[in-house]
Amino acid sequence: MLSLITPLMQIIEWPMRALQRILGPRKLAWVFLLPNLFLFGFFTFLPVILNFFYATTGSDHILLEDRPYVGMRNFDELMNCTSYLDPNSCQIDLFWRAVHNTLWFIVLQVGFMVFFSMTTALILNRKIRARGFFRAVFFFPVLLSPVVVALVWKWILQDQGALNAVLDHFGLQTVNWMLSPTWAFAWSVFISVWFHMGFYTLILLAGLQSIPRDVYEAAAMDAASPWRVFRKITLPLLMPTMVVVLVLSLIKGVQTFDEVYAFTGGGPGSATTLVIQFIYQNGFAGAPRLFGLASAASILVAIVLIALTAVQLWITRRNANG
Amino acid sequence: MSDLELRGVTKAYGNVEVIKGIDLKVEDGDFCVFVGPSGCGKSTLLRMISGLEPISGGDVCIGGDVVNDLGPADRGLAMVFQSYALYPHMTVRQNLSFGLENLRASKAEITERVTATAQMLQIEMLLDRRPKDLSGGQRQRVAIGRAVVREPQIFLFDEPLSNLDAELRVEMRGEISRLHRRLNNTMIYVTHDQVEAMTMADKIAVLRDGRLEQFGRPLDLYNTPDNIFVAGFIGSPKMNFFPGRVEAGGLRLETGTVVALPPGKFMLNEGEQVTLGIRPNGMQPAETGLPLTVSGVERLGGESYLYGTASDGTAVTVHCAGQTKIEPGTQIALTLETGEAHVFSTQSGQSLLRKGA
Amino acid sequence: MTAFLTRTRGRKRLHWTDWMAYAYLTLGVLLMFGPVLWLVLSSFKTERELQNYPPRLLPYVQKMETVPGYDKPLPIYKVTAGPLAGQEVAQIRRIGLISQVVKPSDPKTVLKVPFKDRKAVEHVALATSNYSKLFERFNFFRFFYNSTFITVMATLITLLVNSMAAFALSKYQFRGRGLVMALIIGTLMIPPTVVLVPLFLIVRDFGMIDSLWGVIIPGAATPTGVFLLRQYMLTIPDEILDAARMDKASEWKIYWRIILPLSAPAIAVLAILSIMWRWNDFLWPLIALQKQENFTLQLALNSFRGEFTTDWASLLAMTVLTLVPIVVVFAFLQKYIATGIASTGGK
Ligand SMILES: Nc1ncnc2c1ncn2[C@@H]1O[C@H](COP(=O)(O)OP(=O)(O)OP(=O)(O)O)[C@@H](O)[C@H]1O
Ligand SMILES: [Mg+2]
Repeated sequence: MLSLITPLMQIIEWPMRALQRILGPRKLAWVFLLPNLFLFGFFTFLPVILNFFYATTGSDHILLEDRPYVGMRNFDELMNCTSYLDPNSCQIDLFWRAVHNTLWFIVLQVGFMVFFSMTTALILNRKIRARGFFRAVFFFPVLLSPVVVALVWKWILQDQGALNAVLDHFGLQTVNWMLSPTWAFAWSVFISVWFHMGFYTLILLAGLQSIPRDVYEAAAMDAASPWRVFRKITLPLLMPTMVVVLVLSLIKGVQTFDEVYAFTGGGPGSATTLVIQFIYQNGFAGAPRLFGLASAASILVAIVLIALTAVQLWITRRNANG
Repeated sequence: MSDLELRGVTKAYGNVEVIKGIDLKVEDGDFCVFVGPSGCGKSTLLRMISGLEPISGGDVCIGGDVVNDLGPADRGLAMVFQSYALYPHMTVRQNLSFGLENLRASKAEITERVTATAQMLQIEMLLDRRPKDLSGGQRQRVAIGRAVVREPQIFLFDEPLSNLDAELRVEMRGEISRLHRRLNNTMIYVTHDQVEAMTMADKIAVLRDGRLEQFGRPLDLYNTPDNIFVAGFIGSPKMNFFPGRVEAGGLRLETGTVVALPPGKFMLNEGEQVTLGIRPNGMQPAETGLPLTVSGVERLGGESYLYGTASDGTAVTVHCAGQTKIEPGTQIALTLETGEAHVFSTQSGQSLLRKGA
Repeated sequence: MTAFLTRTRGRKRLHWTDWMAYAYLTLGVLLMFGPVLWLVLSSFKTERELQNYPPRLLPYVQKMETVPGYDKPLPIYKVTAGPLAGQEVAQIRRIGLISQVVKPSDPKTVLKVPFKDRKAVEHVALATSNYSKLFERFNFFRFFYNSTFITVMATLITLLVNSMAAFALSKYQFRGRGLVMALIIGTLMIPPTVVLVPLFLIVRDFGMIDSLWGVIIPGAATPTGVFLLRQYMLTIPDEILDAARMDKASEWKIYWRIILPLSAPAIAVLAILSIMWRWNDFLWPLIALQKQENFTLQLALNSFRGEFTTDWASLLAMTVLTLVPIVVVFAFLQKYIATGIASTGGK
């Protein structure tokens, strides 16, 4: 590897030295920044701007010059509901179903995930034999790809799968999990928690381990009961980490797509279709390609994400200062 | 020729001027020390000479050529940094060769010069170690070696000894002086330790607040300081200063004591506010004279120091040869050896010594 | 329950809360490892075994024996009833409800056994047929190559481009630096999931749709990478750079001879993260790659879904092959990944 890098770097050195002579060392900084800024510019900033153009134009053409300006119509269509609580009353009912699904998904996933990663972190923070091993076990799914995670669980949950076999064995009613809307949704939440839990456990564990030992020792000197130590010391000191975990998992929850799509494809029906899948389907999967609608929906998602990220930055900054 | 000349160089960060116009000429082969209190701009000035810091105004000349626009590598200088700045991921040998490689020296030449330098600095056995496996003194040697190996016209040192313990510092001081005698190069050395300055320098430049206060030989600075600042900064312990005013050709100090001065040595105007400066060894305990309340005594064996306050509250240090019998809390009197006295204008701080006297 | 929530100090005897803790952890091991282990075991079962319900835990293969007079090895059965009960026979063929069998000791005499009166003789063994069939039926190596190419190239580009930017942002004072930093913080807020449509257009205009470069390039400059590396480079003392400048090193040389080697730990973390992101990436490749020959492993795996009947035999084998590289690599680097991911928020 090194033998490959050295000649490459030496070759680049020639033009860079010439540039340094022309620009001087200070302006050379821009040369170092250029490739990165080029990529950011074309593949992040430009798309953000173009997104607004797509959201305000119609038709299924991809080229912007072929797309007639429609103003806020895409947004109006998306928001056109008699009642936001009832997707069937909406013009784009799939969008609202996806919104409802996503909201439920986030509430359940974040709730369970925070609960279980907290429990796991607290347990791993005890004097445990082979702690490194157990930590690795809980972290291990984080490394897997979403598609693999989906397939692992599909294999277990299929009609003739291991779970039904176990239920059969104990004489319980088997279920065709993937065909039941409620169960498919529940399992989607479950595998998502299973998938990401290790990551948050790790963050919480780091938070727990950063609580100074002498605080606990002082509490022990004060003869505090374990419950009071937990309530009055561990929880408050862990609060900043908890908030970070909460916001981070919310941000990621809103963007969930991969594992659920690979798991259910959004079905049965639209029972597990989430917002990002709605964007994907309208823009890329089905005909006609409703780029405008997809962009409008993604702008709505972006607003939510930016709000959440702002909260996160504000909190991290406050923590850093406090 | 590797003399260095600064002509009115200035440096400003934004609108904060940190170097306020410095003129200086360092002769070829001189060991020149920049001293001054912390934050006075010594490092900045050195980095301006090196080319690492662009200058805001004036000229830097090396060997008679203006080098303002040359990069640090093209000025033929080498620098030893306060933190040594050794490349942590390279062995000592690689540290020494890196600069030569950049100059496209041949392999054989690199080996030869690295070996020679290592021998001279006695670091041959360290050549294959990395900086983290060296002691402070060894790192210091390597840092000097990295400068020496390039055979620069001028060496720049930025407080190279400040990270060493006292004993090692004395040893390295001698070593750098020997190095200078041996290479006979121009060296510019920054320190805030005036003992280092006095013992090593051919010429000392005293800086304060971005200005050059005085430039000259160490003993000239000691014997004839241009102003109160230099007088107080050079010499240890510090010179004592007594406020007073000119009265009938002599001085009446605030304490009431009247001091007669050698006639004609100073430019004195009747009634002017002046400051009398006397080094601790320019005063002796005596039967009569300047009254002093002794508050502390340091007995070092061969010599002693008395610390006390004069009647006007001025802090005074007195040097006595041998072991004194004076105890803290006693009242004594001091005679002043006016032959070694300095007189400064209180208003401008400038020495009132008559030029040529 | 109360002590369960707090630390316990060194104690000789296990408290009941310790037992609860270990019970929880054991359950965790089962739940976290179990499903993946089950998948791996299943991938080594024969296609026929996979059809079995209820499934058996371990993979079995039927005993096969070469019988003189027959070209191929024949499957061995044990007869459960009738005159041959208890004997092992080799089945030649099955016609309706009757199996034609021979005794391996007497291959000439063809016997008939009711098919329900025989039971396969099996032993625990790993059947590799799913894997060999996978290579026959699907262009597995193509997918594997695509994934590897994307992962390697993207990681190299990410490391180069991000470290250059981080160098500029940590070691130079220049006008506009604050603005650039702000822009990069901005990119952190814009996940690719919300700019899919215009991104598609731009990548198309670059002629990179349905090309591996269309997957590699758009995500190559990661804001996380710039931050991670910049944070690390800030800890490298500026005096070292000044020393190198005095040593006549050009700025580019300072970058690759001084800064890069000294940032090795941070670069390793970013490399690991990038490999993981790229190998597991799904949504963008799903959009950018359309021809099957360009599919990554993840896309190929996903494309099995939705077909009328799922070919689980090949799918299981392929899943295992997709999962193995990352698990193997990371089994060794677990600690670094864990800290790396925790320190960057995993994005
Ligand atoms: N990059 C900068 N921007 C603004 N001011 C600076 C900068 N670098 C140095 N200064 C200021 O310039 C003055 C001189 O700094 P310099 O480092 O030269 O002091 P010094 O004499 O070397 O002090 P020390 O003995 O502590 O090393 C200081 O007041 C410092 O605050
Ligand atoms: Mg300094």
